[in-house]
Amino acid sequence: MTPAIELAGVSRLFGAVRALDEVSLAVAPGEFFALLGPSGSGKTTCLRLIAGFDRPTHGNVMLDGENVTNIPPFDRSVNTVFQDYALFPHMSVAENVAYGPKVRGVSETERQRLALEVLELVRLAALADRSPAQLSGGQKQRVALARSLINKPKVLLLDEPLGALDLRLREEMQIELKAIQQQVGITFVYVTHDQGEALSMADRVAVFREGRMEQLDSPRALYERPRTAFVARFVGSANVVEGELARSITGAPRAFAIRAEAIEVLATGAPVPDGALCCEGVLEDLHYHGATSRWHVRTDAGPAIAAVRSEGLPTAATARGSRVRLAWSRESIVLLTDT
Amino acid sequence: MRSRGGRDWNAASFGQKLAAFAGLAFLHIPVWVIVLYAFTTEDRTYQFPPPGLTLRWFAVAFAREDIWAALRLSLSVASVATAMAILLGTLAAFALAHSRFRGREAITLLFVLPIALPGIITGIALLSAFKLGGIQPGFWTIVTGHATFCIVIVHNNVIARLRRLPQSWVEASMDLGADGVQTFRYVILPQIATALLAGGMLAFALSFDEIIVTLFTAGHEQTLPIWFFNELFRPRERPITNVVAVSVVLITMVPILLAYRLTRPREFESK
Repeated sequence: MTPAIELAGVSRLFGAVRALDEVSLAVAPGEFFALLGPSGSGKTTCLRLIAGFDRPTHGNVMLDGENVTNIPPFDRSVNTVFQDYALFPHMSVAENVAYGPKVRGVSETERQRLALEVLELVRLAALADRSPAQLSGGQKQRVALARSLINKPKVLLLDEPLGALDLRLREEMQIELKAIQQQVGITFVYVTHDQGEALSMADRVAVFREGRMEQLDSPRALYERPRTAFVARFVGSANVVEGELARSITGAPRAFAIRAEAIEVLATGAPVPDGALCCEGVLEDLHYHGATSRWHVRTDAGPAIAAVRSEGLPTAATARGSRVRLAWSRESIVLLTDT
Repeated sequence: MRSRGGRDWNAASFGQKLAAFAGLAFLHIPVWVIVLYAFTTEDRTYQFPPPGLTLRWFAVAFAREDIWAALRLSLSVASVATAMAILLGTLAAFALAHSRFRGREAITLLFVLPIALPGIITGIALLSAFKLGGIQPGFWTIVTGHATFCIVIVHNNVIARLRRLPQSWVEASMDLGADGVQTFRYVILPQIATALLAGGMLAFALSFDEIIVTLFTAGHEQTLPIWFFNELFRPRERPITNVVAVSVVLITMVPILLAYRLTRPREFESK
């Protein structure tokens, strides 16, 4: 099957800065694809290259098998939902939504019908005559979505679309976005720095760091089998154990990741099962999170390790400064390639 | 918010209020004097109080062909200079608003300089340039002289508005399928229309009463301000200048008030 989007060896240089460095990836039609990374990692640059707002310094951008590297944004079957929504303030909600058909020469009555239809999809038909200034953040978000969907693009790009919303609204919109995507069957490319958002919504996630794609995998694979220390930390908030500490625990200096919830906290010197890995240290801090608590332990070798335990488990002394033993099974570690 | 004396420190004292009103009066009384002497019966001296009031100078002024000619010239010069300013000033604003290139600041400075330069410098420079090029002074040399500062007015108005336009609006428009012309027409123009109109009106008003640059570039042509200037040396029928002045004040008031209204921040923008 022809990929909906394909980047082939794409680089974007701004002067000497490599905003995007030799990125190659393919997005399948109908896929919900997330570009995840901290700010400055290249994910937004990547999106702008797909949209056509920017051109790659090297490499090619393909849409549906067609090389669009030099095609301007208005001739690509791609639409974007902007982080600031970019609604036109001098047009009503309906006029904003009907903008795409208008510039393509669709008749007035036909585009009004189309606009109402797509506003129905995002449940905003009642506000069609309002001005954007009269809408809440969540409503503006939906108008921006409707305005992009009306063009029936092959690919919809979303640039941190929920970034400006509060937590509760963000969770609602995550569910709704996912439902709309399944309903319309359009390929979604979703840029975010929130790993929770990427993991819960996307079919596949590309993790970016300093212009390079660090790992491309399903959310579960990213979480359970991170390949690099960066992915382990950024996606799974896992402990990354390397160098001297790794050697003292496993006997080899190779770095590994261990998830906080896989670590048991025991009293110092307590017996551990056969084959288990362990180390000792001083309890630095204990954060209560309701269902769980997070233990910050400064190991004797120097680096800190965090363990997350459910409340009520028999654990060691909880006073700050007391010595504890951390233990986990050999199977729960993930060996990492060099960072 | 009370001072130790118990008085609201934020309120002006009686003396300050008096000074403020005296200042305003100083600025406005001469205008009213001009209005008053448009109706006087005495035509040689500004005698106070006027010995009598009459409307006859309006009829006399109305019948004078040289006044109409000067007015027509001034209006056409202002219209053409403003049209040029709107076109070139807007283009320049677009070029300078969002782009980054070496020498951008220098070009901006060169662009805005004509309004900071004394008119006499602009005038002399243009005059010698026209002489050097063998161009006869006339309508188009006046227009060129006026356009130098009118462009700046439009450019400044438009660039201020353009800088407040989020780049994402242009990108969103292009993204939704609009090409450059459609994006300008449907998204940018509605946003900068009031700035264009206000800039154009100010430019028109500036051109209409410009005299210094005009003196150097007009040749034998007589714009309305130059007509005034020459009229001052005539001993008779003084009130006619006052009649023309009053008419000009009334006519120029309209675009200036409109420009003021249009550039006020609109309410829904602040939400």
